Amino acid sequence: MAWIILIIVLAILVIWYVSAYNGLIKTRTYVQESWSQIDVQLKRRNDLIPNLVSTTKGYANYEQGTLKKVVELRNQLTAIPADDHQQTMEVSNQLSTTLRSLFALSENYPDLKANTQFTQLMEELTNTENKIAYSRQLYNSSVAKLTLMIQSFPSNIVAKVHHFQTSEYLQVPEEEKTTPKVNFDDFNQSDK
Amino acid sequence: MLYDQIAMNKRRTGYVMFGFGLLVLLIGAALGYLFWSNWQSGAVIAAVVAGIYMLIMISQSTNVVMSMNHAREITDVSQAPELWHLIEDMAMVGKVPMPRVFIIDDPSPNAFATGNSPEKAAVAVTTGILQRLNREELEGVIGHEISHVRNYDIRLQTIALALSAAIGMLVNFASNWLWWGGGRRRDDDRDSGGNVIVLVISIVLVVLAPLAASIAQMALSRNREYLADASSVELTRNPQGLINALRKIDDSEPMEAADPNSSALYIGDPLKNKHRLGDLFATHPPIADRIARLEKM
Repeated sequence: MAWIILIIVLAILVIWYVSAYNGLIKTRTYVQESWSQIDVQLKRRNDLIPNLVSTTKGYANYEQGTLKKVVELRNQLTAIPADDHQQTMEVSNQLSTTLRSLFALSENYPDLKANTQFTQLMEELTNTENKIAYSRQLYNSSVAKLTLMIQSFPSNIVAKVHHFQTSEYLQVPEEEKTTPKVNFDDFNQSDK
Repeated sequence: MLYDQIAMNKRRTGYVMFGFGLLVLLIGAALGYLFWSNWQSGAVIAAVVAGIYMLIMISQSTNVVMSMNHAREITDVSQAPELWHLIEDMAMVGKVPMPRVFIIDDPSPNAFATGNSPEKAAVAVTTGILQRLNREELEGVIGHEISHVRNYDIRLQTIALALSAAIGMLVNFASNWLWWGGGRRRDDDRDSGGNVIVLVISIVLVVLAPLAASIAQMALSRNREYLADASSVELTRNPQGLINALRKIDDSEPMEAADPNSSALYIGDPLKNKHRLGDLFATHPPIADRIARLEKM
């Protein structure tokens, strides 16, 4: 009788251990995947910037200084080693801010705004900017999940044995920091 | 929170389908008894027809709903880059597959989502919403629609819509038949009995018609729009965009292309009914309330 109980307890422990380990692996893979999503968008933006330069070439007076800064930041970004996520995002955030001001300034150039190639490019760049922001949001939420698993009992035991490490959160630019607190209780009063 | 919503929606979808099945059997049995004095064959025929109808409806619901609302599908990003990109963004951050994209030619700003599951979802917006809303506002609206997709509101609404339309059709058909064909029973030998049955059945059918419509209503959570608004902000992190969008949607003329039966699907009531029967039967919560809740965030 005692043997049966012992076997059952052992079996439960093994099953728990395996599922905790698999959960950690899954979450870590998700963190890596969400980084590669960011990376895809960063590359896409790097490819779009030369187009921006060539499209605006005809408009000699179009914000040369800002444009130059954009190109510089882009080249800086391509030079950063691939695994340095923090620095990549830091430069990327600067590039985002500069691009945004460039687009805001384009309001002063009616000729340019009438150029369909330019408006298309603007849509493309806005799209990549948004996708970078959203993939960063996903990245940070999966990092939060991984951190929770690594730190909380009992999954921390499995994490320690297999040397799981949490990743760093990616910085969010100042102007995007004001995230509203969503409180579902406010929205779900009278139902059920 | 999301899992609760999904579970509740799946449960309610089950209830709606069960209720519909029961209702169809009853109507079938009543008609069978009335016309062939044999309720079993009526019930069997009704079950078979309703079963086939349900299968067709469930597999084709997106196309049916879209054509009822005069929506045309766009299949390439170049046809509406901004809309396409926003839907892509919201699907990404909401972790659902990219839905199909439809456009309705109507100057009134509005939007809805439909489909049987997040994998087979579709989002439709009017040309009016594309013209009148800026990117931020449109993002709030798309976030709202993707939230409906994510929490299975779309499955419940689409099936409730399909089934209540079917019952409406059946009741219509049966009452016509009763009116013109059923009357002949009066000269038959089963005089008194037949008359009473005809009377009872007509009363039942008259009661059923509005009941069929309210099934769809009952199935829909009165909070679904508030919840989708909140989930939208959770995705976009920008309540102001959705607030401005709702103001613009509120402050507009009724839609022409919208199908009245599908009005519950839309983000704002497309018919602009001024709640004739009071809030109890309104398909949408007042926009002012929705804005007030968003402003509290």
